[in-house]
Amino acid sequence: MDFLGIPLPVFMGQLLIGLINGAFYAVLSLGLALIFGLLNIVNFAHGALYMVGAFVAFLLLDYVGIGYWPALILSPLIVGAFGMVIERFLLRPIADLDHLYGLLLTFGLALLLEGIFRQVYGVSGETYAIPASLQGGFNLGFMFLPTYRAWVIVAAVIVCGATWFLIEQTRLGATMRAAVENADLVRAFGVNVPLLVTLTYGLGVGLAAFAGVLAAPIYSVNPLMGSNIIIVVFAIVVIGGLGSIKGAIASGFMLGLFEGLTRVFYPEASNIIIFVVMAVVLIVRPAGLFGKAA
Amino acid sequence: MTRSATIARSGRPIWVKCMAEPLLVVDQLQSWYGESHILHGMSFEVGKGEIVTLLGRNGAGKTTTLRSIMGLVKQRSGSVRYEGKETIKLSANQIARSGIAFCPEERGIFSSLTVKENLLLPPEIAQGGMSTERVYELFPILKTRGNSQGTKLSGGEQQMLAIARILRTGARLLLLDEPTEGLAPVIVEKIGEIITKLREEGFTILLVEQNFRFAERVGDRHYVVEHGEVVDRFERDEVAANREKITGYLGV
Repeated sequence: MDFLGIPLPVFMGQLLIGLINGAFYAVLSLGLALIFGLLNIVNFAHGALYMVGAFVAFLLLDYVGIGYWPALILSPLIVGAFGMVIERFLLRPIADLDHLYGLLLTFGLALLLEGIFRQVYGVSGETYAIPASLQGGFNLGFMFLPTYRAWVIVAAVIVCGATWFLIEQTRLGATMRAAVENADLVRAFGVNVPLLVTLTYGLGVGLAAFAGVLAAPIYSVNPLMGSNIIIVVFAIVVIGGLGSIKGAIASGFMLGLFEGLTRVFYPEASNIIIFVVMAVVLIVRPAGLFGKAA
Repeated sequence: MTRSATIARSGRPIWVKCMAEPLLVVDQLQSWYGESHILHGMSFEVGKGEIVTLLGRNGAGKTTTLRSIMGLVKQRSGSVRYEGKETIKLSANQIARSGIAFCPEERGIFSSLTVKENLLLPPEIAQGGMSTERVYELFPILKTRGNSQGTKLSGGEQQMLAIARILRTGARLLLLDEPTEGLAPVIVEKIGEIITKLREEGFTILLVEQNFRFAERVGDRHYVVEHGEVVDRFERDEVAANREKITGYLGV
């Protein structure tokens, strides 16, 4: 069975890989978009915190014997709390300066975290086994779908949907959106906006850690896993429109798929296609696909 | 607690009925935006249940006064006491929680929120705020347009929304910054009615206005602001006899 001259299993296999990559892109760019919205900084430490999320899951298993499912909750909580400490004691003191300082600080933090983990664990990476309940797969007739990969997509969709619901449909989300627009006025209504900013950073970073735990059984747990993915995620955030929640989710999945399709039809371009899209979007719609023009 | 009892420039007392501590006392309030010194010792008082206006030309420091009371101007000194408690060291959210609500000049309707979300945004800070039903009764348009984007409302409707959303919170002192600016006469009329109604319901209002005709109709007392300080005061019954002096101050 062929599709446009490509064997169907190959075609669907690449689409699946694209969708899985897209799932990671979506969760990571969603966190970046949240943080950019309220803190106005591009969180360069995002990739490193994704890596830390994976390592926390690995360490929980290795030292404490805590398995995948609890780690999926615990690691985002631990890394999110770490993120809130970073925001409160490193980012808040420089919040009134040029946003470039925040960017430099998070970039430095990323290098520091990667350096520490590289020093301790080297660059070869650690393996993290797929939990027993998610081993095996389904034979769909035209292809084999590993259960874990299906789970990654489902989990990413659930987390993105829940975050979208929180931001767009709840009182807390409305307060966050208002604070993005006019933080001073929201403070004048009696809302502790600095606390809201700290929680938002924690949430964004927690999402990165969640993606890290999801990634651990697929890719090896590696100190450089964050810097490998984060540049692509930055491009996706720009394509979706800086700070747009919907844009981050939609363009994450879309570009993952697009990258997969490129791998089928013109593999040579698959590593750069997202940057090509970014360049085109920046020329045609500088505010991004879902961004509001400034 | 010292209260500077007279206005430096005119020698008149800041307020004649100063037996008990008024709801809001602004005493020698100074503030700065970076290098520029905007308020040079504002002093005035607002009694419970009153409508007090700050009049003055553009750039006199009226808006800065409201923003300074609210804690939105970072560099400030002097004293702002609300219900006898000093608030000059508090942050904006703490000041709001003590019972003061703010309706900014640019209205501050959030474009990423619906009308209903805008209305329900300010958290309740005390008991005794207006119920949402009563708010809808006063402003029926907000109910029918509840799901529209906040900034899709007309200017007058946005002004209604900006006032409506601070009535639910339980705040008793409302700071209104030029609620009539740029609005059609019939809407100005409506806002005047609403402000009068709010006083009847026990709200205290500090109103910044350029539109003197509007201010004299609703205000119990007027302070004239020039170059960041209060230069004169007129009670409601003194306005008629001093109309020329007042219009002279305002340059109209």
